Amino acid sequence: MSLMKRISLIFRSKANTALDRAEDPRQTLDYSYQRQLELLSKVRRGVADVATSRKRVELQANQLEAQSAKLQDQAQKAIDVGREDLAREALTRKSGLTGQINDLRAQHAQLQGEEEKLTLAAQRLQAKVESFRTRKETIKATYTAAQAQTSINEAMSGIGEEMGDVGLAIQRAEDKTAQMQARAGAIDELIASGALDDVSSTNSGDDIARELDAMSSRSDVESELARLRGARQPDALEAGDDPVRQPEQQRSTTEGQS
Amino acid sequence: MIVRILGEGQYDVAETHLDRLNELDGAVEAAVSAGDTVSFRAALGALLDGVRSAGAPHDVEALDESDLILPPADASIDEVRALLDADGLIPG
Repeated sequence: MSLMKRISLIFRSKANTALDRAEDPRQTLDYSYQRQLELLSKVRRGVADVATSRKRVELQANQLEAQSAKLQDQAQKAIDVGREDLAREALTRKSGLTGQINDLRAQHAQLQGEEEKLTLAAQRLQAKVESFRTRKETIKATYTAAQAQTSINEAMSGIGEEMGDVGLAIQRAEDKTAQMQARAGAIDELIASGALDDVSSTNSGDDIARELDAMSSRSDVESELARLRGARQPDALEAGDDPVRQPEQQRSTTEGQS
Repeated sequence: MIVRILGEGQYDVAETHLDRLNELDGAVEAAVSAGDTVSFRAALGALLDGVRSAGAPHDVEALDESDLILPPADASIDEVRALLDADGLIPG
């Protein structure tokens, strides 16, 4: 027997055994309708849960990306002050983050996919539950218990299959979300432990980070000083503070001015 | 004929396509028995694409049973095996 046929038969028999049976078949309709409504709210909760996980992963990815940008910036600063060793350290840490960020982006896409699937599953179930309710009322109004059985069986097996499908979708989404939450938890711990801190983080206790900090503040002070001096005595600064100029050039400039 | 792709919904597929779909189904089955993940992915993708392109979405409000039920597009080999197990994947 083909794969499709085997899956169909097993799925159907499972879906049918899951249905409630009551003494009066018309009551079965009401039981089933209750279960449909429960499943509908369950799948909606599922959508919300997946969305929460997606937002968490998104937040983490943004945090790591901000850290990565900071490290890139620090690498540039370190190069500017001629400290290749510090630049290398910053870039090494950045490359460690890149793997994590790509992983989080992939997880994010997967969760987004699950969220869309569950949203569509909820819409499909909603449409069928509404049809079922109409059919149920018609059957109850039209038939006696004995007459109703065939119509009930039809309506029940149609909705039963949909419920099995939605139940499976919820279960798969839960499994995937649980796996990702475990990984998200691990990343939160990593962030909290400071292992992913950028090199300038003040509490990282990192000598290199402090050195880079000190150097960058020294060079900030120097450039600020230069700017202030420049604003007050532009000519003198131009002549006296430029180490590239030779003394003769300086002299000729001064002579030219007088 | 109504074909359900799990997680996706039902399609109306003309009987004339059944031979072709059975052929594609055979490839999925062979990949599952061989435990060949790579050809399984390709075969399942081809089977589901075959249903989607040959079929039209079945009325969402209809309460009709499907003639055939197929695994979700992103199912793994293990999940398909579980679908074939009466005590397996399908929530009871």
